[in-house]
Amino acid sequence: MRFFQGKARYQKRELWLLIQECGPDALPIVTLIALLVGLILAYVGALQLEMFGAQVYVANLVGIGTVREMGAMMTAVIMAGRTGSAYAAQLGTMQVNEEIDALKTLGLSPMEFLIIPRMAALILMVPLLTLYADLVGIVGGGLAAVTVFDLTVLEYATQTQASLNMHDVLVGLIKAAVFGVLIATAGCLRGIQCKRSAQAVGAAATSAVVTAIVAIVVSDAMLTIVITRIGI
Amino acid sequence: MAEPHIHVRDLTMAYGSRVIQKNLNFTIERGDIFIIMGGSGCGKSTLLRHLIGLIRPASGQVLYEGTDFWGADDRTRMSILRRIGVLYQSGALWSSMTLAENVCLPLGEYTDLPPQQIAALASLKLALVGLKGFEEYYPYEISGGMQKRAGLARAIALDPVILFFDEPSAGLDPISSKRLDDLIVELRDSLGATVVIVTHELPSILSIGTNSVFLDAGEKTMIAQGPPRELLKECPNPTVREFLTRGGSL
Repeated sequence: MRFFQGKARYQKRELWLLIQECGPDALPIVTLIALLVGLILAYVGALQLEMFGAQVYVANLVGIGTVREMGAMMTAVIMAGRTGSAYAAQLGTMQVNEEIDALKTLGLSPMEFLIIPRMAALILMVPLLTLYADLVGIVGGGLAAVTVFDLTVLEYATQTQASLNMHDVLVGLIKAAVFGVLIATAGCLRGIQCKRSAQAVGAAATSAVVTAIVAIVVSDAMLTIVITRIGI
Repeated sequence: MAEPHIHVRDLTMAYGSRVIQKNLNFTIERGDIFIIMGGSGCGKSTLLRHLIGLIRPASGQVLYEGTDFWGADDRTRMSILRRIGVLYQSGALWSSMTLAENVCLPLGEYTDLPPQQIAALASLKLALVGLKGFEEYYPYEISGGMQKRAGLARAIALDPVILFFDEPSAGLDPISSKRLDDLIVELRDSLGATVVIVTHELPSILSIGTNSVFLDAGEKTMIAQGPPRELLKECPNPTVREFLTRGGSL
């Protein structure tokens, strides 16, 4: 609450660096994975749809599959492995080096000073990266559809546009924001809980990734069921 | 009679059900260079962590000028923390910040000084510990001894009235260690501060310590207290004598 009221004590420069690290710096890996996942979806789907002469619907499959599900999921898994583990290792090392103790004895809250900026950075950047991954995934699917399954670029684009609506994008973004919270929580929690040894730092990083991925998949299943029941 | 600066009363320290030390009773007077000593693993650093408010005691009290730290409200606790400075064993500098930023942080948090003045003060504190010109260095770019001195500059940023040192000489060569001892005495005199040091470095204990307490891992309590040089001469406890004479070799 203090963060949203502008009262939290943290370094603005640190927040900016964290945003940079978990946003723009993640673009290359997100691009690669999203492109290939889109391509794989298109390939697998088109092979089945081709049997019914319905390969044009590969655009629906890739569009809806990516925007509602795979964009957010794959981005979250990447961020769990890349950023969640980094947070756990950073905070764990700070624990080992007594940096967190030094904050406490200065009367500064590690929650405000270290954790809130990390959570804010991920909650902000995971949805933005997801939007980007959605676009790249659709492009990846398009590459397969156009080069292997004889669709034209215009057919693929028109069919994608027709199949998607704002609800699909919103569903993906809601999931991405939830995943952002889960990744940051797992990373920061494991880092803060880290014991004072090098081995413990490694264990914290591993645990952060495993916890985050399990939480992502479980929450995704729950969200999908709820969203489907509500009819969004 | 004035209140002691710090009064440890019936303090018991424990991790869960494992008692580290029990029934600790001692006082630290203003201007003391108070040594917490004892063998490895006896709970010296744990006691320090209790004194600086990082760990809540299993029972007993730590009183600052008569105020029970853990019995006080948040505001009082903050005002106590504001008056202490801590040099951790590793220096504990924030690795993502330069040395100047490390020193500026407490100044920025607890004073209303303009940024230029804070930067000037940070440079002054760094110069005081012999790190003039290293303001823009990151902790990983300097040696361990320099990191400790930078940690000391941060610890004295707010002119504390009590300075805590956790194994200040650990990892330092004898000359650097002696220089650090001199610096501690100098700071005590210039700031008018009380100094509490956790150490088992005999030269430091005997040269700068004005009072001390000896913790024993076997007894799980303090087995001696008093000025270290007096303990060296008169303490009847064989463990303490063995410790202070380096196993009888001194």
